Amino acid sequence: MNKARRNPLNIAAAHAILLTYTAIALFPVFVILINSFKTRKAIFREPLTLPNEESFSLIGYQTVMQQGDFFLYFQNSMIVTVTSLFFILLFGAMAAFALSEYRFRGNTLMGLYLALGIMIPIRIGTVAILEMMVASGLVNTLWALILVYTASGLPLAVFILSEFMRQVSDDLKNAGRIDGLSEYTIFFRLVVPLVRPAMATVAVFNMIPIWNDLWFPLILASSEATKTLTLGSQVFIGQFVTDWNAVLSALSMAILPVMVLYVIFSRQLIRGITSGAVK
Amino acid sequence: MTALKLNGVNKKFGRVQVLNDISLEVEEGEFVVFVGPSGCGKSTLLRVIAGLEDASSGEVFIAGEKMNLTPPARRGIGMVFQSYALYPHLDVRGNMALALKQERQPKSVIEERITEASRMLDLDAYLDRRPSELSGGQRQRVAIGRAIVRQPKLFLFDEPLSNLDAALRMNTRIEISNLHRQLNATMIYVTHDQTEAMTLADKIVVLRDGWIEQVGSPMQLYNDPANQFVAGFLGSPAMNFLPASLLNAGDERIFGIRPEDLVIAANGPLAAKVTHVEHLGGDTNVVLEASNGTPITLRLFGQHDIGFGAALKLGFPAGKAFYFDSDGKRVAA
Ligand SMILES: Nc1ncnc2c1ncn2[C@@H]1O[C@H](COP(=O)(O)OP(=O)(O)O)[C@@H](O)[C@H]1O
Ligand SMILES: [Mg+2]
Repeated sequence: MNKARRNPLNIAAAHAILLTYTAIALFPVFVILINSFKTRKAIFREPLTLPNEESFSLIGYQTVMQQGDFFLYFQNSMIVTVTSLFFILLFGAMAAFALSEYRFRGNTLMGLYLALGIMIPIRIGTVAILEMMVASGLVNTLWALILVYTASGLPLAVFILSEFMRQVSDDLKNAGRIDGLSEYTIFFRLVVPLVRPAMATVAVFNMIPIWNDLWFPLILASSEATKTLTLGSQVFIGQFVTDWNAVLSALSMAILPVMVLYVIFSRQLIRGITSGAVK
Repeated sequence: MTALKLNGVNKKFGRVQVLNDISLEVEEGEFVVFVGPSGCGKSTLLRVIAGLEDASSGEVFIAGEKMNLTPPARRGIGMVFQSYALYPHLDVRGNMALALKQERQPKSVIEERITEASRMLDLDAYLDRRPSELSGGQRQRVAIGRAIVRQPKLFLFDEPLSNLDAALRMNTRIEISNLHRQLNATMIYVTHDQTEAMTLADKIVVLRDGWIEQVGSPMQLYNDPANQFVAGFLGSPAMNFLPASLLNAGDERIFGIRPEDLVIAANGPLAAKVTHVEHLGGDTNVVLEASNGTPITLRLFGQHDIGFGAALKLGFPAGKAFYFDSDGKRVAA
């Protein structure tokens, strides 16, 4: 380790900056959490104080549980996010492997074509997508959402992963070929584990927007059976009255699963980074 | 029988021609070294033989069978890579067993071959370790073991020693040489290091820019190089090249003499000034400058006290001089 990094002043400064940033980033989450446990009056009168005996109330959570099928929304969001991430990672990694590993006519062109999707927001095509979904009878199914999110996540996934796959040692893949491994085994057993940190990055990048998206659930899957959590929480936000207790409670609960997913992926991320550094 | 035969092999990457019309025969049990400067196409040639690259044209025969379309795993080859390329998720035993498992060999055979290989390579103590827990030398031995257990007809080595430090390199070189004797297998070994080539090879193939420059035993190439490139590439320190006009005026040719063939002689034909002296104990390397500024290296056996700036006259036995034309082709004395 070099001197600059061991200097206590530098360490203190670095920690101060990081702690400040953490505090700023976590502050809104903290406010949401504490207010979700307060009465409506207390939320408006003293939004920044912790709930005490007087202001403590679970009314928001009760409303959420009673109104609508909150657990179904939850489940829908979970299914859509996890399945979309799975397909993005699977197809993204496979396409990236093909682009980085095999020489074929139009390889560069194909890479550019796939990368183009990074620059064009998928929402521009909403009308066409809706028409397609209607024609194929997928409206008001979770598949509609999964397909759209997979399509919109793939370009960046291919772009990032092919860059990382190019760095995987050719010798390693060739050793596998000489030992008689199939291309699929080489991909799944040798290459994927080595680009795991990159895959975790892609997963984290894609997860939050999918989980939070309101646009496509509203347009493609707004039926009661397919509502996602974000869409389901909208019932508490009215044009004239908003049930803040319920909104804050719903938001607090919506944070949990993404946190769990994030912890899973970021552990992969960190493991990848340190295993590279120590070697 | 010929273990390997290449017939007019060409390889192009896009428009770049990397291998030009490579034809070559390797006899069974031979140790053949491909040597040449970095980027001359040695690894590409090895990968074509292994089937990891397709030749743009030409034929590859292994043990008499045409192999152009055979996948690498069915060519009966074992390959050792420069970067070891061990499977990071498997322990040493798993690394060696993988190919045999792919071939669906029975467990007893796999066990037996691993035991045999680990005995030969002194790997018994490490069989349950992951590659990340091994030193560079041990990893290289595992990589060799992984090739051995398959009992291939043909071993391919791609610069296997270049990531090892000097002391280990010499030991491993001797080990590989012993291995060749014990297994009595055909081996093809790629290196850019002429010392490795000279010490290991039965037959050396010198490559430059994708062309074969010369093929022959180490001493054939050393004593009778076909051109200036081969003469300069083999031997350390490298052969001296001077305009022959320094020796007799008007001679257009290039004159070559090995550092160890030069002697200090009061009436020698070459005049030069000492610019640097390296004392190696057993040898003394003297760097001089000829009258036209060309550097000359002189290698003396034993220890000599030669001062910086001294003016010397150098001579040489007539039979040790080489002459090349302006294209670098060897010509008669
Ligand atoms: N996959 C490839 N695509 C394009 N050019 C390549 C490829 N592999 C090797 N080359 C080129 O072929 C030449 C020979 O490379 P290589 O066989 O690795 O040389 P060596 O092993 O003798 O150092 C180099 O100029 C290299 O740039
Ligand atoms: Mg090479």
